[in-house]
Amino acid sequence: MESKAHIIAYKTLFSVLLALLLLTGITVGASFVDMGKFNVWVALGIASMKASLVLMIFMHLKFEGRALILSFLSTVFFLAIMIGFTFWDVGFR
Amino acid sequence: MSSHVADSNKKAEPVKTGESVKTGESMKTDEAGKKLGMWLFLYTEIILFGGLFVLYAVYSTRYTADFIEGGKELNRIFGVVNTIILLISSFAVAASITAVQKGQRKIALWALGSTLGCGAIFLVNKYFEWGHKISIGIYPNSQRLLDGPDGQNMFFGLYYIITGLHGLHIVIGMSFLAVAFGFILAGRVTANRFALLENAGLYWHLVDLIWIFVFPLFYLIV
Repeated sequence: MESKAHIIAYKTLFSVLLALLLLTGITVGASFVDMGKFNVWVALGIASMKASLVLMIFMHLKFEGRALILSFLSTVFFLAIMIGFTFWDVGFR
Repeated sequence: MSSHVADSNKKAEPVKTGESVKTGESMKTDEAGKKLGMWLFLYTEIILFGGLFVLYAVYSTRYTADFIEGGKELNRIFGVVNTIILLISSFAVAASITAVQKGQRKIALWALGSTLGCGAIFLVNKYFEWGHKISIGIYPNSQRLLDGPDGQNMFFGLYYIITGLHGLHIVIGMSFLAVAFGFILAGRVTANRFALLENAGLYWHLVDLIWIFVFPLFYLIV
């Protein structure tokens, strides 16, 4: 029974939900404040925080082994290459 | 030897003996493999939507003003409500997994049922939202978009592609979760064996993840 999967408590899950709802409120509020081009970065930053919460707790990534974590990080790495190189191209045309 | 272990496992659930630890061990490896397979599939989904987001990013830098105008056409209330619905549904799936692991079958079924309900509400909202857009002449290849500025045509083209593909994922995710619901009812997803539910949950969370980025990019751009 020791080898059983890690169980996440209801309480933890619920506090993550509350945090996600709070961040949603913040991102909506921030969109009413005119920060010029920083609005996009604030929105993306908050979205990334929400995504991390979902990935780490709801999707259990925080408690997984190396295979999952490394493969996930390399996916993010290749996504970054895809986005970065595209802008490299588009930005200097 | 191993077949004997599997046999005894089938007939009754061994709990305390040394053998059961062994089966538990081999089961854990199995479950991990199923989960890794699901994640590998999710990576391809991330790249799929990533490509669409790149498209969005490039065109929004080229047609910034048009994208902002387009964003104003979208109803923020729909966006916020659907965001809240998806977040709650993600929580419910995660809770159903916890419930199954704890052997609380009833809670698991309720949680999973409410996830399916949330998905249905999401789709109904989408129906009204798209219906309204179409009724005022905003849909792919509509005269209004063709006559209007290029950037807005691009914005709504991406809006339909991305939210449409996302909506399709909602439908697939709901089907997957419905199967998991049936498996819990049939006693095939249990505290010792829940990879199917976990994978359905992972898929659903991915749908939520994508929406987390869709929402600010389309509904909140200023």
